[in-house]
Amino acid sequence: MVLTGAEIVIRCLQEEKVEFVFGYPGGSVLYIYDAMFKQDQFKHILVRHEQAAVHAADAYSRSSQRVGVAMVTSGPGVTNAVTGIATAYMDSIPLVVITGQVPTAYIGQDAFQECDTVGITRPCVKHNFLVKDVKDLAITIKKAFFLAKSGRPGPVLVDIPKDISNHKYEFEYPKSVSMRSYNPVIKGHTGQIKKALQLLLDAKRPMVYTGGGVILSDAAGKLTKLVKALGFPITNTLMGLGGYPATDKQFVGMLGLHGTYEANMAMQNCDVLLAIGARFDDRVIGNTAHFNEVQRKIIHIDIDPSSISKRVKVDVPIVGNVADVLDDLQKQLDAAEAKSDAKALAAWWTQIEAWRARNCLKYKPNSKVIMPQLVIEKLYQVTGGDAIITSDVGQHQMWAAQYYKFDKPRRWINSGGLGTMGFGLPAAMGAHFANPKATVACVTGEASIQMCIQELSTCKQYRLPIKIINLNNRYLGMVRQWQEMFHGNRYAESYVDALPDFVKLAEAYGHVGMHITKPQDVESAMQQAFTTHKNELVFMDFITDQTANVFPMIAAGKGLSEMILAEDL
Amino acid sequence: MRHIISILLENEAGALSRVSGLFSARAYNIESLTVAPTEDSSLSRMTIVSVGSDDVIEQITKQLNKLIEVVKVVDLSEAAHVERELMLVKVRATGKEREEMKRIADIFRGRIIDVTESTYVIELTGNNSKLDAFLETIGKALILETVRTGVCGIGRGDRILKV
Repeated sequence: MVLTGAEIVIRCLQEEKVEFVFGYPGGSVLYIYDAMFKQDQFKHILVRHEQAAVHAADAYSRSSQRVGVAMVTSGPGVTNAVTGIATAYMDSIPLVVITGQVPTAYIGQDAFQECDTVGITRPCVKHNFLVKDVKDLAITIKKAFFLAKSGRPGPVLVDIPKDISNHKYEFEYPKSVSMRSYNPVIKGHTGQIKKALQLLLDAKRPMVYTGGGVILSDAAGKLTKLVKALGFPITNTLMGLGGYPATDKQFVGMLGLHGTYEANMAMQNCDVLLAIGARFDDRVIGNTAHFNEVQRKIIHIDIDPSSISKRVKVDVPIVGNVADVLDDLQKQLDAAEAKSDAKALAAWWTQIEAWRARNCLKYKPNSKVIMPQLVIEKLYQVTGGDAIITSDVGQHQMWAAQYYKFDKPRRWINSGGLGTMGFGLPAAMGAHFANPKATVACVTGEASIQMCIQELSTCKQYRLPIKIINLNNRYLGMVRQWQEMFHGNRYAESYVDALPDFVKLAEAYGHVGMHITKPQDVESAMQQAFTTHKNELVFMDFITDQTANVFPMIAAGKGLSEMILAEDL
Repeated sequence: MRHIISILLENEAGALSRVSGLFSARAYNIESLTVAPTEDSSLSRMTIVSVGSDDVIEQITKQLNKLIEVVKVVDLSEAAHVERELMLVKVRATGKEREEMKRIADIFRGRIIDVTESTYVIELTGNNSKLDAFLETIGKALILETVRTGVCGIGRGDRILKV
């Protein structure tokens, strides 16, 4: 059938079983929006800013394992979307971003709303394409979806000049696609897996450390089974929370800059480390020289060879898809006659329990001012630990990661790599569309929320019953914390003056606003928000302690075992 | 250490900028970069000379392999190989220097490919150090202009980089 380029785009998205396209129209994508108007197989969600379109598509993907789709126009549409694309890139989230471009003949002439989209986005996409001929359109979109979700996932951008979306061509959607230059390794090397198992069984002080790769590869179940069979302690990175049930006794909490004492100490002092779908980044390992002071054998499973031995030298690299490698590892473990050293393991656990007994997450209760940690604890209780929690970036993000116990994957949605303030609210929108029956709450702060506050309007348009948990301490809290600890209490530009009345603001957008100032009201307000106002968006403005800091903490340049604990101060 | 990295990549618009962008984004060093299509016009062959520790070079090859349009990557300097670079030098060739210039070009097995009353253009191929030595021998005062292609290289014997 001969179709226009615009119709081809729509048919391709339908063939990919896309449910939602998050986007914002404009001149260069008008033909595509016109073609979209004439169909009802997928729904378009109109955001209020292109950044939010990409964040929403991103969280749709994070909370569902499907590819997220965003569509924006050329020029400012693209530049606004860049923050969202970079956010998804850093966390390896599969997205297809379709962008309009000025007509082919205008490219390079500084046309209205022209920008070098492929050039601007090149460093923050897995791959991008400029479609110069309508006959390449269908295969390019097919490739985009294939690239986005295979191998190490990531955002892929397809730039379509306006004239191409109006040219006609015979449409046929390719059934499959292969690229000679792109063949990600899926199965791990059997010999390497055997070596890894031997190391694990010989370990005296083993440790399992897993990241976002476990979530992306949908391997939480397999991981849990393996770790329970081994009886080893396990920690998750910020991106990996939910990969192993947080309420299980083998879980020692999140590790890293604001990780638990027991997780960081076990990480530092183990003799065999099994790293799965994690990349030893600076916020996890801290000072690599300090980390390397302790001799240990490291096994690293990752689908991306460039993540292996990038920051920390690895003894047994295993390149492959986490789920596939875990399957093979489990099979070899089940078949193995050797067992792990029970006596050594018991002694190791005794040590870990001693570290755990420091109770590093305890904080001073306060009867007058709301402690931010309390809000997260109550959120956990009221939602039964089963909500999808999206977060912005800062102290509130760390408290949410520390105090909300994620037992399942894809429940914790945050911008871990790029650290994008403004992510939380649009992410909650995307998570809701992917999981319309789930409870979705956005943990945020009064600074972050204002970076994408306009999306309250989108939430109204689609009646999204998101609960916004605003930890309002009138400061850029994490900036303030660093200024207090490392910059002599000089709070340069971290006090947020002239805040809006968030209750009135929520009401102005047609939502419910709540202002909570007393610790004793936290739980009842939440009950009200999550039950009475179940089907409405509730903006809960919690006025919290201004001086609360996130602990434990590893200062810049310090090592994993050099934590500052709340009790030290 | 100096490494010569050979890359086979899809001969597509933008592929070069993906490679050069990777080097600048990750703060890798490029001494020279040369690229042209191969006998199969769908593929380009690129040669990059970079300096870095083994860890850095390992990351460079891994990151290059990660680029979607890159088909194959080889570190030529890991084993026996030959490398060549082409240089064109325009020199002043007047008076007694005119004879001398010709002589030096012959010694280095260069060829004079353009002649005017006062200048020669000398074509020279060789490895890096030979070209450097030639320039040093002539001396800055007589060099009017130089242009070098950057290094290209190929593995010796059975080492073949092909799809």
